[in-house]
Amino acid sequence: MAYSKELIDHYEKPRNVGSLDKDSEKVGTGLVGAPACGDVMKLQIKVDDKGIIEDAKFKTFGCGSAIASSSLITEWVKGKNINEANQIKNTEIAKHLALPPVKIHCSVLAEDAIKAAVNDYKKKNRINE
Amino acid sequence: MKVSNNIYLDYQATTPLDPRVLEKMIPYFNDRFGNPHSRNHSYGWEAEEATEIAREHVAKIINASPKEIVFTSGATESNNLAIKGIADFYGDKKNHIITCVTEHKCVLESCRFLNENENFEVTYLPVRQDGLIDLDALQKSIKQNTLLISIMGVHNEIGVIQPLKEIGNLCRKNNIFFHTDCAQAIGKIKLDVDEMNIDAMSISGHKIYGPKGVGALYVRRKPRVRIKAMMSGGGQERGMRSGTLSPALCVGLGEACRICNDEMDEENKRLIYLKNRFYEGITSKCKDVYLNGSSEFRIPGNLNISFAYVEGESLMMGIKDLAVSSGSACTSASLEPSYVLRALGVEEELAHTSLRIGIGRFTTEKEIDKSVNDIVKEVNRLRSLSPLWEMAQEGIDISKIEWAEH
Repeated sequence: MAYSKELIDHYEKPRNVGSLDKDSEKVGTGLVGAPACGDVMKLQIKVDDKGIIEDAKFKTFGCGSAIASSSLITEWVKGKNINEANQIKNTEIAKHLALPPVKIHCSVLAEDAIKAAVNDYKKKNRINE
Repeated sequence: MKVSNNIYLDYQATTPLDPRVLEKMIPYFNDRFGNPHSRNHSYGWEAEEATEIAREHVAKIINASPKEIVFTSGATESNNLAIKGIADFYGDKKNHIITCVTEHKCVLESCRFLNENENFEVTYLPVRQDGLIDLDALQKSIKQNTLLISIMGVHNEIGVIQPLKEIGNLCRKNNIFFHTDCAQAIGKIKLDVDEMNIDAMSISGHKIYGPKGVGALYVRRKPRVRIKAMMSGGGQERGMRSGTLSPALCVGLGEACRICNDEMDEENKRLIYLKNRFYEGITSKCKDVYLNGSSEFRIPGNLNISFAYVEGESLMMGIKDLAVSSGSACTSASLEPSYVLRALGVEEELAHTSLRIGIGRFTTEKEIDKSVNDIVKEVNRLRSLSPLWEMAQEGIDISKIEWAEH
């Protein structure tokens, strides 16, 4: 299987790897996937008073496509409002990385991860939809 | 000519052709092009003589008679021919087959075919955690109508060696045919069809430094094992396998067997050294590494290792100078992790993290050392990316988390 240059770049030089303080009020954490399925993504966002994502970090257990998808989405959400970040679609990720059909679920997982992180942040700060 | 800088560590998938084998084969692509079944001229005689010498080499490595060797296109055909051929010949008398859940797909699929289309009952024996069958369980699964037991010699994914002699004994005592897929066993362990009471054995060329597209089936003559041919034709190979033989391919298989027979002991010593160097290199630098399958009953050329918290395909992407294979789902179209590792009771998350390392005749010490370095480096990098590794370091029990399966 030949992967795109973008995908390999994100796999080899993943952006925003790491962890944020999950107990902080400003941090939302999304943990999605399952080890038994072969991929787990942890995506964290740090949100400022205006609802803008000022930092994002991830860690991923999964194939190269899963690592690249999560790396890419951390880049995309930075500077975005949490509601904008929630609108990111997996198809945009899949397109950008030119994911082969069997790897589309990796982009779905990245979308789920950001949604879960935003959700966690909103819950912590009692923000209703 | 080397096509890439890859270090080849996938000897269970296939092996490079030994240059000595190629040299023997070439004349049969050129001047000696005769049809070995032509009886009327020297072209035919010459080709026939070559195939018969090859047949002797194949027979010798398993202590059989050349008359008991049928050339085929490879182990898949041999397995089909043995299982379906015996079933079709004797099926009206007995219709139960015993095989094992970790057998090669061509064995499992042949059995499934007989079950679905020809009223055969099939027992799929489980394996123990070390990948070996339980002989008591095998004995208990034998019935009045058991016709055939098919258990492989050496496993293609995990390299474990099944107790062929004990299985053969059990078969002989109970008047059951014993077929064994020895594609991965030839040239790695000593095989003796008489001592092991084997009635049919499948052999492959390209797993033993011979050419692809050729294999053999051993079929016992005394007491005689009858097989119904699958292809109609000129009745070559004692009526069991019609079609003109390829002298070049037969010569290749024969020469590959001859070399294995002559050099097996020396080769195994070298492979044990390389395997130990590899395994100790990895385990001394990486923790949470698990060997899948028995370490004792195992060929030296195979290691199947799970690197916990690191997914197999991403690891393979990282070690791009190494040609290895993985039990991870992500390398297959099915998205299911290896059925073999699952059968051993390896948890799904660990099955996703496995690599199969195949070491062979042309592997060098330098390649082993570079491979160890590359793998350790990449495992460490990917673990630093892995949320599971992070949790494990924090003392969180991953199995206690409620994951949303997707």
